This record gives sequence, C-alpha cells and structure tokens, in this order.
Amino acid sequence: MTLTWAKRAAFVAVAVLLLAAPLLLTPFRLDLLAKYLCYAIVAVGIALAWGRGGMLTLGQGVFFGLGGYAMGMHLKLAEAGPGQLPDFMSWSGVEELPLLWRPFADPVFALVMVVVMPVTVALLLGLLIFRQRVRGAYFAVLTQALAAAFVILLVGQQGLTGGTNGLTDFQYFFGLDLYEDADRRILYLVIVIVLGLSYLGVRQLVRSRYGQLLVAIRDGEDRVRFLGYDPALVKTIAFAVSAGLAGIAGALFVPVVGLLTPANLGVVASLELLIGVAIGGRYSLAGAVGGTLLFNYAKTIFSESWPDGWLYVQGALFVAVLLWAPRGLAGLADQLRTAVAARRRPPAPASPPVIKTPEEVRA
Amino acid sequence: MLSASLLLTGCADDPSQGGGSSGDTIKVGVLHSLSGTMAISEVTVRDSELLAIEEVNAAGGVLGKKLEPVVEDGASDWPTFAEKAQKLINEDKVATTFGGWTSASRKAMLPVFERNKALLWYPVQYEGLESSPYIFYTGATTNQQIVPALDYLKEQGRKSVFLVGSDYVFPRTANKIIKAYAEANGMSVVGEEYTPLGNTEYSTIVNKLGQAKPDVVFNTLNGDSNVAFFKQLRSAGFTDKTMPTVSVSVAEEEVGGIGPENIAGHLVAWNYYQTTEGATNTEFVKAYKAKYGATKVTSDPMEAGYNAVKLWAAAATKAGSVEVEAVKKAAGGIALDLPEGKVTIDGENQHVYKTARIGLIQPDGQIKEVWNSGQPVKPDPYLKGYPWAAGLAS
Repeated sequence: MTLTWAKRAAFVAVAVLLLAAPLLLTPFRLDLLAKYLCYAIVAVGIALAWGRGGMLTLGQGVFFGLGGYAMGMHLKLAEAGPGQLPDFMSWSGVEELPLLWRPFADPVFALVMVVVMPVTVALLLGLLIFRQRVRGAYFAVLTQALAAAFVILLVGQQGLTGGTNGLTDFQYFFGLDLYEDADRRILYLVIVIVLGLSYLGVRQLVRSRYGQLLVAIRDGEDRVRFLGYDPALVKTIAFAVSAGLAGIAGALFVPVVGLLTPANLGVVASLELLIGVAIGGRYSLAGAVGGTLLFNYAKTIFSESWPDGWLYVQGALFVAVLLWAPRGLAGLADQLRTAVAARRRPPAPASPPVIKTPEEVRA
Repeated sequence: MLSASLLLTGCADDPSQGGGSSGDTIKVGVLHSLSGTMAISEVTVRDSELLAIEEVNAAGGVLGKKLEPVVEDGASDWPTFAEKAQKLINEDKVATTFGGWTSASRKAMLPVFERNKALLWYPVQYEGLESSPYIFYTGATTNQQIVPALDYLKEQGRKSVFLVGSDYVFPRTANKIIKAYAEANGMSVVGEEYTPLGNTEYSTIVNKLGQAKPDVVFNTLNGDSNVAFFKQLRSAGFTDKTMPTVSVSVAEEEVGGIGPENIAGHLVAWNYYQTTEGATNTEFVKAYKAKYGATKVTSDPMEAGYNAVKLWAAAATKAGSVEVEAVKKAAGGIALDLPEGKVTIDGENQHVYKTARIGLIQPDGQIKEVWNSGQPVKPDPYLKGYPWAAGLAS
C-alpha cells in the first residue's frame, strides 16, 4: 500500500519537474531534453514489446522513421507552399512532385499516417513472422535486417527521400515558429504530454488481462497456445502498439531536432534505443523511460567533456550496467528496496510485486 | 524515477558562464567527426585548424585577444552535427565555428547557423548549388574542381566517361553536372554506378568497366571505398594506362591508405597539393610536421580548414569586431597569401577564389601537379556563367 503511494508521489514529482523544466533550463538544454523525451516515448513501446512480450526488437528505428518521414514530408510541403518542390528535390533533379508525396500536403492525412504507416508495417510483419513461430534471436535478426534494408532504400531514393542528407531545415510546425524559443517551449510541453499519455496508456494495457496474457506468452508461449489463445495475435498487437508509439515519437522528433536522416533510424540508432531501455530496466516502464533519459543525457555530457574518447566511456558504462545490474537500474532499485525492507522488518511481510524475469520463473 | 530527477538537476547548467569574447580570450568552435567513419579524414582537418589557431595566437591573437578553441565531436552523424553546432552557439557563445566535411553534415548545420545568425566556415570541396548567408565556403565549388577536371579531360581527347560514385548528394549532383557538360561538349557518358558509403565490393563494377572500356573513369567515391575500388581494379589487371581514372575525393591522406603502388599514375583534381610551390606552403608543411609528426602529409581539405581560420582572423581584424554581421561585411575582398597561393573572399556568395589544379599520383604517395588554371577561378556555385549548366540549379 505504502509502496504504491510512494510510486504515485514519484510519478507526480517527475511530472512536475518535467513541466517546470522550461523555467529551469536554457533553450538549448530544453531542446536536448525534448529530444530525449522523444526517445523515451519509443522506450515505453520497447518496454511493452521486449520487457512484457519478450520480443527483442532491433528495428524500432524503422517505425520511428516511418512516423518521422510522414511528418517531415508534410512539413516540407507546407513550407514550400502549393505547387513548389521541397529544396532537396530541386538539387536532386526532380522536376515534378512525386505521386507518393502529394497526399502528405494534407495535414490530417499526414498525422494519420504518422501512426498508420508504422502500425500497418508492424501488423503485417508481426502476423507473418509470429504465425511462423519465429522468435528469440531469429526475430531480433529479422528486425535488424529490416532496419538495414530500410536505410538502403531511403539512401538510394535520393529524389524521393533526400538520400543520406534526409529531410532538413524546418521552420514551422502546425503554426509554431521553430525559430522562436517561446514556440519551442510549447512544442516541448506537447512532447511531455504525449509521453505522459503513452506511459499511462501502456501501464493500463500492461495491468489489463491482455497484459497478463502477454507476459504469460513471454514465459511459456506453448502452454498459452494449448490453453486456446492465439499467441501470434497477442504478440502482434503489442508489437504494433510499440510501432505506433515509435511513429509518434519520430513525428515529434522532426520539429525538435530540425532534421531526419537515415542515420536516425538505422541499425545503430535502433540499438541505441534499446540500450537505454536495457540500462533502465526493461521490466519496468519507469525504468525504461528513466534509462533512456539517463543514457542520452550521459551521451551528451560525455561527448561534450571528452570529445576524443567519449565512446569508450559510454561503452564502459553499458558494460558496467550489464555486469552488475542485468535487469537494469530499475531492477537494481527493486533489489535494494527489498533488501532494505527485509532489514527494517525482519519478519518481512509480502514482498513488493516484482515482475519476475523468465530466468527467475524457470529457476 | 531516480534517474529522471538526476537528469533534470544535472541539466540545469549555469547560464551565466561563457561569452564569446569575454575576458582575455575569444572562443571559436571546431566541429568535426572525431569518431565514426569520417573520423579518419576529419581529424586531420581539426588538427590543421588547431595549428592555424595556434599560429594566430602566436602572432598576437585577434583584436588583442587570444583564440580559445572549443572542440566538439560530430561523430559522423548529421543530427549530432546540428546538436553540437547549437551547443557551440548557445552554450559556449563562440564567435565563429570551423567545421563539417560531408554535405550531409553541412545541410544539417545550415539551419542552425541561419536560425541563430551565427557563422560557419566549411572547408571541403562540395557540390555547389548553395550559398547560405551564414556560411563561408573555403573549399572548391564545382566550377573550381569538377569543371576544370572535365576541361582537362576534353583537352586530352578523352571522349567517353564512366561515372563511379558513393550514393549520396555530392556524387549524384557532381554526376548531374558531368552529364550536362558531356552532352554540350561532345563527350559521352557510358555508365553510371553508385555504391553505398563504406562499400568494399567492387568486382561487379570493375567487370562493367572492362566491358564499357571508357576513355576515363570519373571517380566520386568517398572514404574507405576508394581503398577497395583501386585494389580490386588493379588486381583485375587494369593499370593507369588501360583504365585511367580521375578522382575528386582522393587526396594525400587517402593515397596513403590506398597504398601508392595501387594508385600511382592516376589523376586527381584539387586546389592544393603538399607539393604546391611557394614559400607559404613550405612553411605550412613544416609547421604541420613539426606539430604532428614528420610522417604526416598535408592535403587540400586540411589546407582549406587552415585557410578558414586565417581568413576569419583577417576579416575580424579588418572589422575591428568578432560580431557576425561586421565580420561578414568586412570579409568581402580580403585576399591572403595562403599555402595554395592567393585566396580572395568573394563577398557576394561567400566562397573564395581558388586555383584549380590537376595532379598525377606519384609512386611515393605525393601528387605532382600536371596542369593548373593559371590564375584563381572566380567561385560560381550555381554555375551561372556556364550556358550548358542552365537548368541544373533550378
């Protein structure tokens, strides 16, 4: 009982801090925080698919990119004005607006596509491969290959996608002037709200009967199948939700960072999304969010402090977490709390509801 | 939860620190890839820029103040370039920034500098068709490198050209220009192939070259790919005589990586070589080797980065201020004697006048100049002075 209360208080404290950040941070640091929060939205989805569903998705960048490109295409068209071509098309030798781009001039269509494109791809892919009972490392490799292929496709179609440069130079975002600090603060608050809603929504999903089923499938897919459920469908839904969240995050990332390139959604980018979740702890939504924020913050600070060797520091941090806290920082916090509670009240009543890892369940 | 609040407290930097020209120093940004695929090339440019900053300081600094470089890592990742540019401008309050190599990194940084009305000095040859009011381009634009190379090939009677390039903006735009030139000058393009950046498998392309038998291969491959390409070309039995190439992204540094024995006899097009004659270059090469080691070579992008620092310092001195608009206004017409010869800033498009040079790679890894444009060529990023290029810049 007290624990839930403490958790609730912590949630409110973090929410207040995030909402107050525009008053505390310089515009540059606020922009960085906004970017980290976009990644945190993806992390919520990964915690669902990987932590709860056991699907190690190494291709989350693809969904992030689909949402991002849908938004980027619309912003580019809105900026160019009717009948005009986006800047990169003119230097790529494209003379007429490609058919694929035309519907994105409509803001409603673009916003719908931000979610529909990644969700559709995830649904098709999920049904196809989960029905074939592809899982574990094979699923991971497949999603990673998808990320690699997606990047090659984007780079190869320079006239259509901007190639390696991607889409750059955005000034307006649905009436917000991105050159103005005040408008960027509004954008930041929008991102905080979207993250809050994603977090609460996924938490609700996790606690529902569906969430229990998902965990059951993670820990014993065949047993659940024998009970008469369709694991492929259950897993596909979680995968699609995580894809939709990544798409929304990608769409918000575009106005914050001001550009979207294939480098943002390739194999390395997808892995970095995952590393944040691993550091924070994939079995805990809050851990996934916190880990992602911490990882990206550390990346910024390390690279600013040691521009020559920061990658080694970052790598060492990751190795350290894997060695000493395989369940992430949230797992570590849970262990500490249990230990402290045990010491304070020797007869230890019911231990806090810790989500068990597959390894623990088998043990 | 814990980590999230930790993050917030850590984020709240003290906004009172910094200030470009506060105290006795002027902060300047140096932003290149120190990690990732581009590091091998960009680290050398950073080194030459730091050398130039040291020299400016040794000569008394700018407006009586020493320059203080703030080095950041672009990490071969274009959004990182944008982020670090923003950091240099907003947090470090640098007076100007020297940085970038790939076109993608420049395109990523351009809106940041325009939005903040801050200055970037970009030191690498590029595909043209751009002229930002907040960027100075000290590398060649197309009419100072690619067009002269084509003039040279035409003069040599090479009629058919095969285009090989990495799949990104510079090669694709360069090849668009080459095709327009070829059409207007009675040359023919007999093939056009692109490979992803970092590609190392060229046997298919080498086979196609063997079948097409072009008079010359125009090579716009970038980075590591050149090593694989030239080695595989050679092991397929082609030499500089049977399959001559001209490269626009292979300089002294890359020749060392490819191995001079694999590429000697092939052509390159640049504005500067380590062997370029002149007392200023002798000094530059000597100073660079003294600082970084006797085995180091100097190359065109390094020299252009070095020039950028010197040109900015001259402009700020002339303006009597490091304030961006004042420096921009003072920059036009500034002429300095630099390692490649006389370099003049074109105030209108913020590019520089440069002498075009064709070089022949020697067995010792150095490049010998075989042709030059005689005088510095006026920069023309949109190729407005070339009738055959009409329509390219639309």
